[in-house]
Amino acid sequence: MAHDHHDHHGHGHPHAPHRPDLDDTLTYWQALEVAVRELLIEHGHVSADEVRRQVEDMDNRTPAQGARVVARAWVDAAFKARLLADGNAAVTELGLERGPYKLVVVENDARQHNMVVCTLCSCYPRWLLGLPPDWYKSRAYRSRAVHEPRAVLAEFGTELAPGTVVRVHDSTADMRYLVLPRRPPGTDGWSEERLAGLVTRDAMVGVCEVTPP
Amino acid sequence: MADEIACAFAPGAPVRVRAAAPPGHVRTPWYIRGKRGVIERLCGSFRNPEELAYTRSGLPKVPLYRVRFDQHEVWPDYAGPADDTLDVEIYQHWLDPAGGD
Amino acid sequence: MRSHHDMGGLMAGPVVADEHDYALWEKRVDALLVLLSNKGLITVDELRRNIEGLGADAYERMSYYERWIAAIAQSLLQRGVLTVDELGRRLQAVSAREHG
Repeated sequence: MAHDHHDHHGHGHPHAPHRPDLDDTLTYWQALEVAVRELLIEHGHVSADEVRRQVEDMDNRTPAQGARVVARAWVDAAFKARLLADGNAAVTELGLERGPYKLVVVENDARQHNMVVCTLCSCYPRWLLGLPPDWYKSRAYRSRAVHEPRAVLAEFGTELAPGTVVRVHDSTADMRYLVLPRRPPGTDGWSEERLAGLVTRDAMVGVCEVTPP
Repeated sequence: MADEIACAFAPGAPVRVRAAAPPGHVRTPWYIRGKRGVIERLCGSFRNPEELAYTRSGLPKVPLYRVRFDQHEVWPDYAGPADDTLDVEIYQHWLDPAGGD
Repeated sequence: MRSHHDMGGLMAGPVVADEHDYALWEKRVDALLVLLSNKGLITVDELRRNIEGLGADAYERMSYYERWIAAIAQSLLQRGVLTVDELGRRLQAVSAREHG
């Protein structure tokens, strides 16, 4: 079977394009991925089709999914209550998956701002937001978010109103977290779809707020 | 063997994270060991990751809690208000009752 | 003592809001972990334990998905899903395709 690390150049993918290799030779680790995958396929543990479909599945998971959840919570107080009580069940109301982990939604309000980190690795609500960004997995974020959250927020350009409590959540075990950011002013009467367009991934991780229009 | 260990703590209970330092795969962060907090909620019971990491069953399931800590309790040099908090998921076997200490 | 992956509270520089578009090989590594864990051939706990076992400098010398594929391979070897010999031979073959 010919290796196919070149074929990604041909993908006209609407989402983030595959980054081409810096040169044409495989690194040891890229070669290991090829070897492991080929052997697993030959042993019948996975199929090439399953791998391809799983890659596509993750590509299709973007923060836009989480943004829909936030927008719904902003316009529907009863939904918000259900979301805070049982996040996994509530997201299925929007046709989203329950997901493999328990979803804890933490709400920002006038008095408190929530921020999420995984100091031990990179736990993240992937099934709702897609793959986490590099900075979320970086040493700097994982080290400092628990210890000096306000300084980290400032680095993201986030200034909180005086008297706001900061609550950091370290995702160390089987929970996954979604921050429900505050609905910005100037959005009265907006449709859910329009509201969702304001909600960024970074706001749902808790390093910033949703910017007013 | 029973499939689940009984829950020892209720929400609001004061607890202290054990200051143990075993080798192996541990999900209790170093920075929180020995610190005092309160149970914020019971998350449910889950297979023990310390055992799953070595391909064992992880049974019986262990109760998992979110424990809320005052940041000033966790970090002597914390730069922020007294009411800032840090919530960490901790398995029951890493918690002792804090009681009056 | 603190393990090198256990980073909460360590001194570190500013958070650089870096992100990159994942390369196809990285997405495949991610896909393999999801598929293998769904099929019961690995757990995320084994993955994490093997990442933690890569050594203190793994975070300097290896990227995120390099650590993952190294740990996936270790896990599969431990479970006996793959053997060292077949992995070695296939790596040689892959390399030969590159240069042959």
